[in-house]
Amino acid sequence: MKEDVNQDTKQEVISKEYTTLNLGPTHPATHGIFQNVLKMDGEIVVDTEQTIGYIHRAFEKLSERRPYGQITPITDRLNYCSSPLNNMGWHMTVEKLAGIKLPKRVEYLRIIIMELARISDHIICNSVIGVDSGAMTGFLYIFQFREHIYDIYEEICGARMNTNIGRIGGLERDFNQAAWLKIEKLLEELPRCLKEFEALLVRNRIFMDRTINCGPISAELALAYSFSGPNLRAAGVDYDVRVMNPYSSYEEFDFIIPVGTNGDTYDRFMVREQEMWESIKIIKQAIEKLDKLEDKTSYYAPDVPDYYLPQKLDVYTKMEALIYHFKIIMSETSVPKGEVYHCVEGGNGELGYYLVSDGGRTPYRLHMRRPCFIYYQGYPEMIKGGYLSDAILTMSSMNVIAGELDA
Amino acid sequence: MFQTIEADELEKMLKEHFGEKIISVEKLYDVSVAEISVDVIKNVIIWLKENGFAYLTTCNGIHYPDTPKPFCMVYHLHDWKRNLRIRLKTYVHHDPPHFPTITDVWPAANWMEREAYDFFGFHFDGHPKLKRILNEDSMVGWPLRKEYPLEDQARFDKDDKMFGR
Repeated sequence: MKEDVNQDTKQEVISKEYTTLNLGPTHPATHGIFQNVLKMDGEIVVDTEQTIGYIHRAFEKLSERRPYGQITPITDRLNYCSSPLNNMGWHMTVEKLAGIKLPKRVEYLRIIIMELARISDHIICNSVIGVDSGAMTGFLYIFQFREHIYDIYEEICGARMNTNIGRIGGLERDFNQAAWLKIEKLLEELPRCLKEFEALLVRNRIFMDRTINCGPISAELALAYSFSGPNLRAAGVDYDVRVMNPYSSYEEFDFIIPVGTNGDTYDRFMVREQEMWESIKIIKQAIEKLDKLEDKTSYYAPDVPDYYLPQKLDVYTKMEALIYHFKIIMSETSVPKGEVYHCVEGGNGELGYYLVSDGGRTPYRLHMRRPCFIYYQGYPEMIKGGYLSDAILTMSSMNVIAGELDA
Repeated sequence: MFQTIEADELEKMLKEHFGEKIISVEKLYDVSVAEISVDVIKNVIIWLKENGFAYLTTCNGIHYPDTPKPFCMVYHLHDWKRNLRIRLKTYVHHDPPHFPTITDVWPAANWMEREAYDFFGFHFDGHPKLKRILNEDSMVGWPLRKEYPLEDQARFDKDDKMFGR
């Protein structure tokens, strides 16, 4: 009773004034260009006003003037930490529209590429959570494996970051021997390093105190904000596109979907950590399945000459191949009329492409469902009532990628 | 491939509650698509949300110039319990086009609708903060509408008549 009276008088005497703090657009702590105008009560965040669009590049408009094959490099720049996932999502969308069926071997090769991309995406996010909570060491240990994964991309497609990997109807070339050796080496070394990384952080008292209950979100709220991917799974909902709507033969693979309980930074960290182990498992299974396949050579769907560049040797000797080569290079492949939505499990969640085609050489309309753009709306709810330093950590644990956010 | 609720089943279900306001239902590829009159679209969405389709995958605008109703809003809904996906479309012909907001149904729709406003100039009645999101506030025009063509400046050889189109 006495306390109540005290509080009442306090409110009368002290008029509250909030501080406005401009966090960003460019701030060393917010890896990327985000502006948050925070309303602060001392060190507590009361409200946030988000401004986005600083690196908006009008991808949806650009796509309306680009032939289908030339949209793949645009998708690279969505979530640039895991470009191959975006590329594959785009290829599969067009393949669905055109009704292209891929050989099993191509699907397994794609799964290897996609899971490597997922690992590299999660490596970045998790090591940066470490850095933002004050643990640089883990970052230094594990970040070299992102380099090793980029080396594998380089062997497969020639590029490292903006990969433009694969083509509509398959892959542009088969994996070479060096790529296989590097994958083998990665599978041997990564688990060891991942264990070391986890030993540094997972049961570390300081790290746990710092991240548990930092930026939590309930499952209900996460669903209302249409969360997907690791952020949703950390809140305890086991939604994964790979399992819900299997694509590229994911239904044949044996893996689990890790889920958290509180949806806080620690859970997000742990979900991503566990997903890396699952990805390693999936890659190993894919290699086993490839060994069992009789087909050892195909890397594209042979029955869709309109979409797939013919062998260079054939171009010089066969009329048919020359015509298709010319048509594809001049972007004269037209896909059927129709509209289709396809999604893959990207590094951050359900990455969808809604493609409307009027039968021309470019899409009539392409809408990209970027998971970041959708779940970043929930950020003010997550940091409300927490400390400013928690807000920074929450943002890096949500893995908000500016490229995907702004498209 | 996605699972979806069959088109005739969805049509029966929706027509029972909303009658003639359901204009058409068809299956496009692997998803059933319902075209719904704009005055009941919000009621349909709320009804569908209560009947399983509780996850808003995304919503976006499309512009079809030279048609009677050129402005289209598309909603993608997902029922996780039965794993069914559907798509709802609603068309408007007035410019500026007005749609009801679904921000109060899903807060996630907030930015999606702001994006549709930003790129197409769609107005969402009742939206808490309808302003541009990705483009500059001072920008004039609605960039994703078809009357703002994006020219391929470097290529003069790509004349349609050369390729029989």
